[in-house]
Amino acid sequence: MKKNNNQLLMTLLKGRTFIVLIVLVIFFSFASKSFLSVTTLTMVAKHVALYGILALGMTFVIITGGIDLSVGSVVGLTGMLAGGMIQEGITVGNKTAYFSVPMIVLFMLIFGCLVGIINGLIVTKLGVAPFIATLGTMYICRGFANLRSGGTTFSNLKGYEGLGNVGLKVLGSNIAGIPAGVYIFAVLAIISAILLKKMPIGWYILAVGGNEKSARLSGIKADSVKIFVYAVSGFCAAWVGLINTAQLSAAHPASGDGWEMNAIAATVLGGTSMAGGSGTIVGTIVGAFVIGVINDGMTMCGVSEFWQKVIRGFVIILAVVIDQTQRNLQAKMALQARNENK
Amino acid sequence: MFDDPNVVLHCEKIDKIYPGTKALDQVSFDLLKAKVNVLIGENGAGKSTLMKMIAGIEQPSAGKMYMDGQEVYFKDTNAARERGIGIIHQELSLFPNMTVFQNIFIGHEKKNGLFLNDAEHRKGADVILKRLEHEIPADTLVGDLRVGQQQMVEIARNLIQDDLRVLIMDEPTSSLSAAEVKVLFKIMRELLEQGISIVYISHRLEEIMEIGDHVTILRDGKYVADADIKDIELSWIVENMVGKNTQYHRFERSIDLDHAEKILEMKDITLPKQGGGYLLDHVNMYLKKGEVLGIYGLLGAGRSELFECLMGMRPEHTGEFIFEGKKLKVSSISEQIERGFALVPEDRQRQGLIQTLDIGKNAAIASLKNYMSGIFLNDKKEDAAVDEQIRDIHIKVADKRLPILSLSGGNQQKVVIAKGLMTHPTVLLLDEPSRGIDIGAKTEVFEIIHEFSERGLSIIVISSELKEIMAIADRIYVLSNGKCTGELSGDEITEDNLVLASYAGLGTGAGARS
Repeated sequence: MKKNNNQLLMTLLKGRTFIVLIVLVIFFSFASKSFLSVTTLTMVAKHVALYGILALGMTFVIITGGIDLSVGSVVGLTGMLAGGMIQEGITVGNKTAYFSVPMIVLFMLIFGCLVGIINGLIVTKLGVAPFIATLGTMYICRGFANLRSGGTTFSNLKGYEGLGNVGLKVLGSNIAGIPAGVYIFAVLAIISAILLKKMPIGWYILAVGGNEKSARLSGIKADSVKIFVYAVSGFCAAWVGLINTAQLSAAHPASGDGWEMNAIAATVLGGTSMAGGSGTIVGTIVGAFVIGVINDGMTMCGVSEFWQKVIRGFVIILAVVIDQTQRNLQAKMALQARNENK
Repeated sequence: MFDDPNVVLHCEKIDKIYPGTKALDQVSFDLLKAKVNVLIGENGAGKSTLMKMIAGIEQPSAGKMYMDGQEVYFKDTNAARERGIGIIHQELSLFPNMTVFQNIFIGHEKKNGLFLNDAEHRKGADVILKRLEHEIPADTLVGDLRVGQQQMVEIARNLIQDDLRVLIMDEPTSSLSAAEVKVLFKIMRELLEQGISIVYISHRLEEIMEIGDHVTILRDGKYVADADIKDIELSWIVENMVGKNTQYHRFERSIDLDHAEKILEMKDITLPKQGGGYLLDHVNMYLKKGEVLGIYGLLGAGRSELFECLMGMRPEHTGEFIFEGKKLKVSSISEQIERGFALVPEDRQRQGLIQTLDIGKNAAIASLKNYMSGIFLNDKKEDAAVDEQIRDIHIKVADKRLPILSLSGGNQQKVVIAKGLMTHPTVLLLDEPSRGIDIGAKTEVFEIIHEFSERGLSIIVISSELKEIMAIADRIYVLSNGKCTGELSGDEITEDNLVLASYAGLGTGAGARS
């Protein structure tokens, strides 16, 4: 009997984030009449896509036992670089070159990967703790984002027909009623899930997070694995920078400030352990929805920005406490099962 | 060169130098084809180090290795694997967060194009585990398995290698039950028939006599002897392992210990091991006032754990401590210090010192409350106490405000001992007090031990060095696999008795239970 109770509790705990999500949606649809409307849900989805894409990259990093604080700044910097390329082009000597939007997107994605690779190199080759390494690149990227324009905004980024660089707004508009960012989020999520579940690199990421020394002894190039996850994180951040800039049709140097925290919160809510070694993409997606729904739901209910922060803080701590309860219960059940088998 | 068909791998004069120590010194070793090659030696003799070279985990500082008549150099484990060399590590090197089949196939994944073929992984895991007579569901998380089962997974990992030529097993049986050991031996014989060579490191001498073909003995990083198992006896192994070189002079006691009172009794101390079995298995001991009591045993015999129980670091232990006639309820470290226990831990750098503090503070840190004036620390009192202690045990210190790491290892160790003494203990616990310090400093540490025991301090010393413990201890208990397997005093204290007792708890049958 007791065992059955445990199993029920376990199922509930495992699906907890999803249950929380449903409860939140029901709660907010009663609390605010306009919550369950197409306009609102589209807005929520738009925000969720931004946090979600960052959280996908963050999930990889956190599974290896690291953390990436630089993603918010990379969002700002890639936005500024892209905006600058549309507005001013790149001037070398007395010649100015303008690039088409697909080229700019490609450059920014490569740039995001490069920042990630630099993070990875600092962590692996220089032996700096991930928290500090990415804190450093966080400031550096934010600084460059401001330096790019002297602190001002690149506004009205429509591009110029004559220069052939129009079309960025596609990334920020709705396609068949759904924001483009959501499609990108979906595609990136599927690729992430395949990487993690179906490809050797997924095993290596889990292995490095679970027991780095053993991973090395098994012939896994732990350093390369780590550099890879930071590169993925930077790649995701570059996407968010582009989408965000397209949505606003403007690039502001302070864009993405603090978003790394939303990404970390979504990842942790999704059940990824900060100690490394475990985490799922599905969990992270649900986590991103919870964060998005809480943020927008509270705003719609007229909760002040200040109280929102307080509540978000409580939610994150609660999530981790429940996560630990689940792990303890799991360990207990495994022990029980072992004793029964004897 | 070295193209002997019976030798799979030949090591030629291998040196391995770590900062400060020479772990291997001109060791040559022949790995015989399709045989069980046994390596024996005391802790720190260099067995595991030599195997790390062969498996590509570490690289020799000097010397060469040959396979099939060619020189080989393994820059990493992958290079060794390509040559068909697999290793089962002494400490499990599994991923507790991953499933059984993932653990078995990681590094040798089966793929459909770019993607993992998990169906084949599961099937492969089932087949290999069936062969090992351990049908563990392939989707179980390894962290949820018993240690013995984990060991089987570790073995399974190596068996899936098709081109396996050499399998190194570093104490594979230390966490297996008798039945599991039997299965392992069966598998080993199968492997031999397939022409695979095995290197086998174990502390269980009976096992070696049963499964081994050829034995090589190392001592202090040097080659000592080798022979076919059929030509030798247990006593030959013990004799070669221990050697006859360094001698310390035995200290003479002026106290009549026969009539001294028992100051501490340990009754039925038991400490369960995670995953089954015991770290300490119903241990009974006593300590007399002014006595130097030695505890001898191999690594993992439960020696340090006994101290940890006594100091309140292992609240899960059962049994009784009777101290000065009263039953003790051991609950916290600070309380034990208050009662008069002081511990000098095994790992000086990690547990003994606080590297960021200076010499004086390191010495005074455990007894700060003796130097208070009101709520403030009285620097004068503290300095006076530190100075007195430094003088008392002759620590060579130019200035006690210098960083602790400016001292030599031996003097650092004396500071740790000073820290213990400054709490004015009744019982001093020393865990491997001579580890990693030079001969001169060792002698001085022994003199301190002797000196304080003469003043009436009761001391328990853990050591894995035979010569040392024989020189300083009045009486010795031997621990083996958590059991107390010997109590020796006076003329009974001989190397043979100590070594034999230290293996007594490891019998294949009684050794590990699950």
